[in-house]
Amino acid sequence: MRQRSIIAITAALAAGSLTLTACGSRDDDGGSSNGDKTTVVIGVDAPLTGDLSALGLGIKNSADLAAKTANKQEFVKGVEFKIEPLDDQAQPSVGQQNAQKFISDKNVLGVVGPLNSSVSQQMQKPFNDAGLTQVSPANTGTELTQGDGWKTGNSVRQFKTFFRTATTDEIQGAFAADYLYNQAKLKKVYLIDDQKTYGAGLAASFKANFTKAGGQIVGTDHINPDDRDFNAVVAKIKKTGAQALYYGGEYPAAGPLSQQLKDSGQNIPLMGGDGIYSGEFPKLNKKAEGDLATSVGEPVEKLDSAQTFIKNYKAGGYEDDYEAYGGLTYDATWAIIEAVKLAVEGNDGKLPDDGRKAVLDAMAKVKFDGVTGAISFDEFGDTTNHTMTAYKVKSNAWVPEFSGEPKLG
Amino acid sequence: MNELPQQLANGLILGAMYGLIAIGYTMVYGIVQLINFAHGEIFMVGGFGALTVWLVLPEGFGLAAAVPLMIIGGILVSVAVGAAAERFAYRPLRTAPRLAPLITAIGLSIVLQQAVWMWYPDAKKDHPFPRFEGGPVDILGANVQRGDLFVLIAAPLCMLALGLFVSKTRSGRGMQATAQDPDTAKLMGINTDRIIVMAFAIGAAFAAIAAVAYGLKNGQVGFRMGFLMGLKAFTAAVLGGIGNIYGAMLGGVVLGVAESLATGYIGDIPGMELFGGGAWKDVWAFALLILVLLFRPQGLLGERVADRA
Repeated sequence: MRQRSIIAITAALAAGSLTLTACGSRDDDGGSSNGDKTTVVIGVDAPLTGDLSALGLGIKNSADLAAKTANKQEFVKGVEFKIEPLDDQAQPSVGQQNAQKFISDKNVLGVVGPLNSSVSQQMQKPFNDAGLTQVSPANTGTELTQGDGWKTGNSVRQFKTFFRTATTDEIQGAFAADYLYNQAKLKKVYLIDDQKTYGAGLAASFKANFTKAGGQIVGTDHINPDDRDFNAVVAKIKKTGAQALYYGGEYPAAGPLSQQLKDSGQNIPLMGGDGIYSGEFPKLNKKAEGDLATSVGEPVEKLDSAQTFIKNYKAGGYEDDYEAYGGLTYDATWAIIEAVKLAVEGNDGKLPDDGRKAVLDAMAKVKFDGVTGAISFDEFGDTTNHTMTAYKVKSNAWVPEFSGEPKLG
Repeated sequence: MNELPQQLANGLILGAMYGLIAIGYTMVYGIVQLINFAHGEIFMVGGFGALTVWLVLPEGFGLAAAVPLMIIGGILVSVAVGAAAERFAYRPLRTAPRLAPLITAIGLSIVLQQAVWMWYPDAKKDHPFPRFEGGPVDILGANVQRGDLFVLIAAPLCMLALGLFVSKTRSGRGMQATAQDPDTAKLMGINTDRIIVMAFAIGAAFAAIAAVAYGLKNGQVGFRMGFLMGLKAFTAAVLGGIGNIYGAMLGGVVLGVAESLATGYIGDIPGMELFGGGAWKDVWAFALLILVLLFRPQGLLGERVADRA
C-alpha cells in the first residue's frame, strides 16, 4: 500500500506547510558611535514578507521617515537615530526571537511594532524583563494593556514597557456601535469575524456595545481570512433581514465579502474597523459604495501634521505605500524619539548610561502633536487620543462622515 | 425565498473551479505518482499571466473580447512554469525516493510565491482583476454572476476536450499506456518523457483557465491565492479518486457543494448552532472526505489498482 502511505505523508506535509513561510532577510550590524554623535537604534518589528507585508513595509518606511526627520532637524543634539527593521512574518515565535535580538543589542533603546496582537503577546514579557520600551502602532487587543479584567472593570496594567498609539478594540467597537445605531439608524446587524485576535476582539466589542444601545444582532458567522469565496455565507444573510453587515477583520477578505454581498442583490453596507480602512478596499471591491469603516483620530485632511507626513513620505521616495498604520507608526517612533530627547535633556545633554531606563521613565511624560493628533499615554500605556472617525466609501474613496469620542462604560 | 438553489449554485461554481485545478494533480499523479504540490502556485501564476494580458491591452478593450486573450496569456505562463518545473525540478529526481520530489514541490511552491511577491509590480497585496459589468443572471431560482458563467461553461467544455484527447488521440493513448506501465510503454516506442511533460502542461493549462475564472469571480488575484485553492483541489482529486480525470471534476463539485451546504444549513440543525457557518465548513468537507475514504479508499471513481512497486 505504498501509494496510500504517500498520500498520508503528503497530507501530513500539507498540514505542516500551513505553518511554513518564507524566510526574511536580516541586517546584522549593530549601531555604534558615529564621530561625536551617539547612535540610538530604534528597532522595528513588522511582517515584511507574506500577505500582511504591505502593512508591514508601510510601518518600516514610516519609522524610517521619523528617524530621518529627527536626524535632519537635529531634534536631539548629539544623537543620531537609526532604524533596525526585523521581519516577524506575522508569527509569534519569530517575533519573540526578534525581541531577544533587540534586547541583546545595547544600542536599541526602543522598539516600534509589531503589527499583530498575537505577535505582541510573545514580545511583551521579554521586553518587560529587559526594561526595553515598546510602542505598537497597530495592536488593538484591549487585554494587551489592561489585562483580561477590563471587561469587568478591573483593568490592571500588564507590562510597564508596553505602549501603543493605536486605540483599543473597546473604544473602536463602542464608537462603531454608536455610529451605526444613532447616526446611521441601522438597528439590525449581521456579525461576521475572521477568528483572528483582532477581528474576533473587535466583533465582540461591537456586539456588546450594539446590543447595549438597543440594537439587534440577527445572526453571526465566522470566516477563514484566506478564503475569497463567501457566497455561501452571504446567501444566509439574506433571510435574516439584516440592515448592515459588521465585519471584524482586514480588507483582503472584506473586499470580496462586500462585493459578493452586493452581488447577491442585498444592498446593505458592510462596516468594519481600521483593518478595512485602507485605500485597497475600494480598489479591490468595485461595489464598495456606501460601505463604512472606523479609524483612529481625525481625518488627515483636517490635520496639518498629517499633510506634512504625507508630503514627506512621498518625497522620501519609498517604494511602498505608508498604508493604514503609517501615521500611527510615525507617531510611535516619534514618541520614542521624544523620550530620548527628554532623557538627554535630563542628563546635561548626554545620553545617560542606562539609556533604556531613562527612555522608559520619560515615556510617561511624552506629549506632542503627532500625525494622528495629540499623542500621550495614560496609566495603562494606551493612547489618550480617543477621537475616532467614521468613513464612508463614496465614488470609490473613503470620505470622512463623522468624528467623535465614544461614550464608554 | 428558498435558499437551496442559491447554495447549490454557489457550491457548483466553486466546485467546478476546484475540479479544473484538481485535473493537474490527478494527471501528474496518474503518470508519475508525484503529488505536485507546486500546482497551486502554477494556478496562481496563470492568474497573473492573464492579468498581465489585461493590463497591456489598450484602454477601452472590452472584457468579453479580452477574455480569450487572457486565457491564452494565462495558459502560456502556467504551461511554461509547469513544464520548466518538470524539466528542472522533477526530472532529475525521477529515480530518487518519492519523498524527494515531494519536498522539492513544496520548496518550489514557496519560491514561486516569493518570486511573484518580489517581482510582479504591485503584487505585495491582492491585485484587482477585471470583472464583467452588469447584474446577475437568474438560473432556476439562483443568482449567478456573469463572471461565474465563465467557469460553468468552461469546465464542461474542458472536460469534454480532455476526455476526447485521452481516449481518441495517439498522444492520449500513449498517456494511458504510460500511466499503466511506464517501462513497457517505453519499450513500445512511446516517448515517456514527452508524455510526462504533456501531463504537466495539460494540468497547467487547466489551472490557468481556473485562475481566469477565479479572477473574474472574485475581482482580484494575489500571490497567496494558490495555497488554499491548491490544497482544496488536491483534496478534490483524492476524493474523486486520484489518477482519474473525471473523478477530479466530480470530487471538486462534491467538495464545493458540501462546503456550501455545510455553511448554509448545519447551523440550522437544532443543537448544532456552534458547528455551522463559514468557520466549520472545512471541517465538514474533510469529515466527508474521511467518510468517503473509509468506505471507498480509492476515492469515488478511483480504481483499486495493484501496488506497482
